[in-house]
Amino acid sequence: MSDESVTEESIEPQADSEPVATEVSTFRLVATLAVAGTLAGLLIVMMNQHTKPIIDKYKAEQLRKAVYEVLPGVDRYSTLYLVNEALSLTLPEGVKESEYKRIYAGYGGDGQLGGVAISRGESGFQDVVQIIFGFDPETGKLLGMKVLDSKETPGLGDKIFKDQSFVEQFFARPDTPLLGVKPGAGKGLSNEIDTITGATISSKVVIDIINHGLEIWRPVIDKGIPSVPSESADVEVTP
Amino acid sequence: MRKTTPSQDFVRGIWQENPVLVQMLGLCPALAVTNSVKNALAMSAATFFVICCSSILVSSCKRFIPSEVRISSYILVIATFVTLADMVLQAYAPVQHKELGAFIALIVVNCMILGRQEAFSAKNNVYRSLLDAVGTGIGFTLALVMMGGFREILGTGSFLEYSLFGPNFEPWVIMVLPAGGFLTLGFILLAMGYVEERKKEKESQAAEVLS
Repeated sequence: MSDESVTEESIEPQADSEPVATEVSTFRLVATLAVAGTLAGLLIVMMNQHTKPIIDKYKAEQLRKAVYEVLPGVDRYSTLYLVNEALSLTLPEGVKESEYKRIYAGYGGDGQLGGVAISRGESGFQDVVQIIFGFDPETGKLLGMKVLDSKETPGLGDKIFKDQSFVEQFFARPDTPLLGVKPGAGKGLSNEIDTITGATISSKVVIDIINHGLEIWRPVIDKGIPSVPSESADVEVTP
Repeated sequence: MRKTTPSQDFVRGIWQENPVLVQMLGLCPALAVTNSVKNALAMSAATFFVICCSSILVSSCKRFIPSEVRISSYILVIATFVTLADMVLQAYAPVQHKELGAFIALIVVNCMILGRQEAFSAKNNVYRSLLDAVGTGIGFTLALVMMGGFREILGTGSFLEYSLFGPNFEPWVIMVLPAGGFLTLGFILLAMGYVEERKKEKESQAAEVLS
């Protein structure tokens, strides 16, 4: 019974949409689509104006949380942009903020530099893995790591952020550059990170991102971080 | 055209002509995002919104759309509502939006929605088109939640993130991977085919007895 109704239904459009024999002018065709397109555009723009602030606010909030997570003991941070191979608190006039690479410098309660946070992505096992990590330029130790975005295999590769014993290693202040070792095969060096069994590639990607990120940013950071007046108004303060 | 009653319009999409399980339309989201019930629900909600709005608009504007450009017009209508759904999800359900990723935008090319516009909304009034769209939307939701349920229970041992079997359960990882989607769909179709076969057998037996 239901089989019959399916076939009837699928024949229906062809039988019924036999074009009516009236000639429609090209102008009318174009006009119809133009009007429809304009209305659609208007609707989308209106919706975008309503939702964009909410989306941006959420993204900023996520980033803010992530920075504080990878820089333990930091009370406030400021964004530093890479301008002419050096770090700068401000951007040149009239440029787009999104075009500049940036890191985040965190400060403790006493106004001392607590570390810098760097966000970076590289190809993982499936797609780009985006992480943010905290780093102390004075001692060269890693402060923390958080995976921001990853599509690694559920159950295997996603252990890079679901397996707490793996994540905790990055908060245990290892020396850099990091060295990935098989669990149990380490020599007790201070820069060893145990990779995850079954997710070797994913865990090595995390280690690589940090090492490559430091290779790129260390020379810049070592040139000096512009100091921020401790009561400066444009510094973000935690509530 | 075959005449149907309003209630038939409504029920048809849910069972006899379920878009995913019978018509085999909209399989891309049905396979890709059903690795958890939550994702299946978010996907269904977005699709439901798009198909209802598109059906209302298409059936109320059908007189103004010349048949030469009808497909492009339908796609334009669908694409607009998909973009709106995409933005709303991103603003108010950012976690779900991130999980679903590109599949929200891909609702535009879901044949199920375009199929309903072409086969039904384009020649029926607004009321009937809405009934048809709601029925189809519910049918799609049922299929997705069913698949999401099976895959989440077996693949992560939970339902709606509520753990069912305790910590000793070893999850069947394959069920949350793409292959698990095909397996689940295959078994559901097998079960439906079996039920259908049994029904036919019974009917023919009853006919024999009567004759």
